[in-house]
Amino acid sequence: MSAKPAPRVGLFVTCLVDAIRPRIGFAAIQLLEEAGCIVEVPLAQTCCGQPAFNSGDDADAARLARQTIAAFEGFDHVVLPSGSCAATMVHGYPDLLAGDADWAARARDLAARTHEITSFLVDVMGFRPEGRRLEASATYHDSCSGLRDLGVAAQPRALLAAVEGLQMRGLEGNDVCCGFGGTFCVKYAPISNAIVTEKAEAIQRSGADLLLAGDLGCLMNMAGKLHRSGAATRCFHTIEVLAGQADGPAIGEEG
Amino acid sequence: MSHATTRAPFKARADAALADRTLKLAIDRTTGTAEAKRAAALSAFPEFEAARARGKAIKDHVIAHLDHYLEEFERNAIASGARVHWAADDAEARAIVTRICLEADARLVTRAKSMLGEEIGLPHALADAGIERVETDLAEHIIQLAGEAPSHIIWPAMHRTREQVADLFRTGHHPPPAAEDPASMVQSARRELRAKFLGADVGISGANFLVADTGATCTVTNEGNAELTTTPPRIHIVTAGIEKLVPSTAHAFALLRLLVRSATGGEMTQYTTFHCGPKRPGDADGPEEMHIVLVDNGRSRMLADEFRAMLRCIRCGACMNHCVVYRQIGGHAYGGTYPGPMGAVLTPVLDGLAAARDLPHACTMNGRCAEVCPVGIPLPTLLRAWRARSWREGREPGAVRAGLSLWARLATRPRLYRLASRIGVRGLRLFGRGGWIARLPLAGGWTAHRDLPRPEGRTFMEQYRAWQARKGAGR
Repeated sequence: MSAKPAPRVGLFVTCLVDAIRPRIGFAAIQLLEEAGCIVEVPLAQTCCGQPAFNSGDDADAARLARQTIAAFEGFDHVVLPSGSCAATMVHGYPDLLAGDADWAARARDLAARTHEITSFLVDVMGFRPEGRRLEASATYHDSCSGLRDLGVAAQPRALLAAVEGLQMRGLEGNDVCCGFGGTFCVKYAPISNAIVTEKAEAIQRSGADLLLAGDLGCLMNMAGKLHRSGAATRCFHTIEVLAGQADGPAIGEEG
Repeated sequence: MSHATTRAPFKARADAALADRTLKLAIDRTTGTAEAKRAAALSAFPEFEAARARGKAIKDHVIAHLDHYLEEFERNAIASGARVHWAADDAEARAIVTRICLEADARLVTRAKSMLGEEIGLPHALADAGIERVETDLAEHIIQLAGEAPSHIIWPAMHRTREQVADLFRTGHHPPPAAEDPASMVQSARRELRAKFLGADVGISGANFLVADTGATCTVTNEGNAELTTTPPRIHIVTAGIEKLVPSTAHAFALLRLLVRSATGGEMTQYTTFHCGPKRPGDADGPEEMHIVLVDNGRSRMLADEFRAMLRCIRCGACMNHCVVYRQIGGHAYGGTYPGPMGAVLTPVLDGLAAARDLPHACTMNGRCAEVCPVGIPLPTLLRAWRARSWREGREPGAVRAGLSLWARLATRPRLYRLASRIGVRGLRLFGRGGWIARLPLAGGWTAHRDLPRPEGRTFMEQYRAWQARKGAGR
């Protein structure tokens, strides 16, 4: 490691990880610390505001944007275990607050410091996990916002390649949406179901033991469909595997 | 389209489409092939990104100077001998075209595929005026036999399998095709249409480009039907949206490189024709009159609002070929002239947000449409802009507004939010067994189709604070 002072990282846990699967948040802290960061979790965070933003409720989305910007001022970096929440902060906030004289510059400043976790570990910290071993096969789904809005594609694969024993298998349509889409999946449930049904079939055809992805929303959608259709595929957030937590319960398994 | 209000709501149309397995087979065949061919074409076109940037710049330039290029085009078209008509909306456009046909005592009109013609409701208008209309594009011929509207802007009959087309031709062609292989069916359609081509009084086409510095209109096809529609009849009518303008022929070709690869994966269409005025003295053929109807129909309004970037659209169809929603429900479920992502932006412009509110919402915001768009239209951003307008205008359902407002009040009070989350996840656990929740009140949209992972039990925030406290105590 270089002699540079350790960067101070604010972790935005995301509302889904906070409520449904906190162990992803702890995996994030572990990896960021292994990479040499000082990690803090500001208590003033709740949700990035994406449900309001994507519903067209700009006023509430802007309120949450200002709250989040204020909570994360002063950190060298802001890191999230989610491409879609990170994309909301990187692209959504500056758009949302572009006409707000007091907040536009602060939104751009936050956007410049914000990273999805696997791209932060690779691109900013030059990190690779050491001494991880997992005898399993896995396939990886590219979640849309991370992939298209932030360019997250090579980084999670580079990190996973450092896990000894882990065999990566190709996934047909790996860059095709899983049908989650936030509130879309309940507002247009039959369409969402048709999309995730095809996704679950492709995952099963990959023959992999594990399905990995970088967004809990997409993972809940795919894991929920796989479980409903009787598949044995176990689903984890990428960073759970990187943190050596794949010996613990997968999504939907009791710990 | 004025027909939209009498149709079933979007969700009912989508459900019907989802239940139709033959439709799904047809969609998968066509969009799957289109996706593969486009990918192959782009892999042999390393300058795609540069071409895309240039295409976007050309369209943006024309949109910014639309008044200038419209006047230049009109001047040059008139100089070439064509007559230019201006239509503010679809009704005016229909009236102009039917008047020209009636004044010419036209009994038979041939039409080359044009989505603008569908947009302004031309097929119905001609029928109402008692004029026989013959669609000359093979796919349009199929849906004319079926009495349907296009379900895709490039392949209007893509919702029909070739087995279904064989059924249509067997009853619709006289005599029926000799056999039901594609070649025999195409031969049969050619025989049916050939007589009509030569007997038509008026030929109506659209335009892929309007070339300002020559006054020419350009059509591209792979069947040659546009040439047979526009050349033999006495009168040729072009209907085109005002956003089709390009400064010069070179600009048309710059956009053609993007259009054809994005649409069919070809490098060039079989036929690329520039129509410049009617038959001149000494010409071997051509129409005696050429009329060009320039249609606004909401476009100048888009110039001034947040949907301006949509005027760049060159109608290639790549966005719908790569859309997960379109690939499940097909084009008719959208209920407008234009389906898929570009249709979800345009239909509220054309039919009003009240009739089309669902379309901008029925999207997962995955961004693949914008990724493949050859002129860089930020389709998800435009769809979100419709959602924001719908919210501002109070069109969102009361339950959605109330739910989001309650959630936002909690989420903007972190201490209260943490407490509510602690209670919420414990409450949620009560509905599940083991690691899953199979049925959940108020979340039937989720649990009807998939299980919901049961929360771990304590929120991250409470575990983190306990962990911090232990670390502090141990220091």
